[in-house]
Amino acid sequence: MLRFILRRLLITIPMVLVVVSVTWGLIRLAPGNFYTGEKPIPPAIEKNIRERYGLDKPWYVQYGRMISNTLHGDFGISLKYQGEPVNRILKNALPVSATIGVLAYLLALAVGIVSGTLAALRQNSNLDYTSMAAAMIGISLPNFVLGPTLVLFLSLTWYVLPPALWGGPRHLILPVITLSGVYMAYIARLARSGMLEVLRSNYIRTARAKGLAERHVLIRHALRGGLLPVVSFSGPALAFLLTGTVVVEKIFALPGLGNYFINANLNRDEPLIIGIVAFISIVVLIFNLMVDIAYGFIDPRVRY
Amino acid sequence: MTAPVAVEPEVVGTSLWKDAWRRLRRNRLAMFGLVVVIVITLASVIGPPIIHGLTGFTYDYIPSDSSLIKSFPPFTAPDGSFSWIHPMGTDIAGRDILARVLLGGRISLMVGVISTLVSLIIGITFGATAGYLGGKIDEVMMRIVDVLYAIPYMMIVIVLLAFFGGQSPLGQLFLLFAALGAVSWLTMARIVRGQVISLKNQEFILAARATGVSATKIIFRHLVPNTLGPVIVYATLTIPSVMLLESFLSFLGLGVQAPLASWGSLSADGVLNIALFPWQLICPGVTMAITLFSLNFLGDGLRDALDPQMRKG
Repeated sequence: MLRFILRRLLITIPMVLVVVSVTWGLIRLAPGNFYTGEKPIPPAIEKNIRERYGLDKPWYVQYGRMISNTLHGDFGISLKYQGEPVNRILKNALPVSATIGVLAYLLALAVGIVSGTLAALRQNSNLDYTSMAAAMIGISLPNFVLGPTLVLFLSLTWYVLPPALWGGPRHLILPVITLSGVYMAYIARLARSGMLEVLRSNYIRTARAKGLAERHVLIRHALRGGLLPVVSFSGPALAFLLTGTVVVEKIFALPGLGNYFINANLNRDEPLIIGIVAFISIVVLIFNLMVDIAYGFIDPRVRY
Repeated sequence: MTAPVAVEPEVVGTSLWKDAWRRLRRNRLAMFGLVVVIVITLASVIGPPIIHGLTGFTYDYIPSDSSLIKSFPPFTAPDGSFSWIHPMGTDIAGRDILARVLLGGRISLMVGVISTLVSLIIGITFGATAGYLGGKIDEVMMRIVDVLYAIPYMMIVIVLLAFFGGQSPLGQLFLLFAALGAVSWLTMARIVRGQVISLKNQEFILAARATGVSATKIIFRHLVPNTLGPVIVYATLTIPSVMLLESFLSFLGLGVQAPLASWGSLSADGVLNIALFPWQLICPGVTMAITLFSLNFLGDGLRDALDPQMRKG
């Protein structure tokens, strides 16, 4: 077990370096530069800029510096936000994205597991059909339609909630609902099919035959096995959640990592792009590892 | 109570596909999905010339009048009376939204289908090769897939589109096909590999090998055709997910470029004026949601029809 964790943690480092290298390669292979604009720059100024940012050195020196920065966890200074260290931007933007992401996933887990389990317990009932139809709508409704529609009704028609920006807890409600919609739907479907399979299995019949209370059978025995698909979905879900946050942060004009990432790309702000890519990759890889470890605790059949 | 079924005198053999079609036809939701997908595809393909013939509007035709207000609600003529001329209203520049939504449908469906084909080609080749060769090669190839699964690839796609995109609308489309296809083949590779492993020790493969058929030919002529069932099911479900990814990118301004439009970019335009002209978001957004909804139902139905064992409940 410990060896498994150590090995996986060690693999994480080269994987992050590969992702960062691919990103860096794409940035450098692309035509143009962050300082090229509509107007041509006088050669003397261009020479100064290139010296200032180390662009006059051979590519392998620049690449080496980028890798060394990444390994040290210090990504240098943003090109666009003058004088602002990338690390400080990350530190300010992270709480925004993390709050929305974590709350959205918790909400999705709560609603998804409850409705999926209920649907499985009352298979082929109206409740089952309604919740599965709702889940299908949830999967098919893009969050850039769901979010603005919620804003239209709750903020612009009935004035219940603020339409955008980052403020108190009330500002969180709409972005969290918007982001969690798809995951709620996925989790409800996974929980339903997982529970249906488990409820038919022999060990549940044994538990019932022993005379356990139905509540006990369900919570102690069935949920544990039935929710395994939900647990394994949580790993990739985080990666998707990040894509979702980019869109949700744009809809609600939130100063999170996603918004910074898009702007950094449009501004060709290389240190900021590399910083966010490296940071997100580490988070995703570690989270995947945690999901795998949790899997072993929940399912006694899993061996590392 | 079901009516007694007349027993046919002679047993007619049914193929897997006939069986599947029979099961699919009984699934009302899946058939609904199939019909909607066909209708929307047809409308996207033949709709724009029809609209052009009836009203003179195309996706980029801007009426040259002097009025300041150009956004008309659905079914409203410029003078405020009821009219069929713009069933979805007009956008901020006065262009007919129905024509634009149909163009968006062309592009969105095209991106969905072509990117899925790209992912099919990569996924089938990779998965079948790994499964057929087996051993160390299989292990290494599948490790690569595991590693790629854990990478937040959308970030790389965003970097790719931001730095290489924007040259020309057509080039951008090809970039989208390649990028979205290249990131959605992983599950396909796993499915095909699993199928190939369970097939490769059967007699017909042994026979092929005994008669000296090359490995490439065995993979593509004998193994791959037999994996088509699960492949079709998964491909049907890949189309809506790729379309969703494309719409995210277009919504962020990194996908399809003007003057072309996709449902994502139309929604992005609509969001800007949601308070005043909500139909500019609702029309493309809901059209897209209905299409994805139908494709998902169709995919689920196909899975139930082609693979009764995987049936959920």
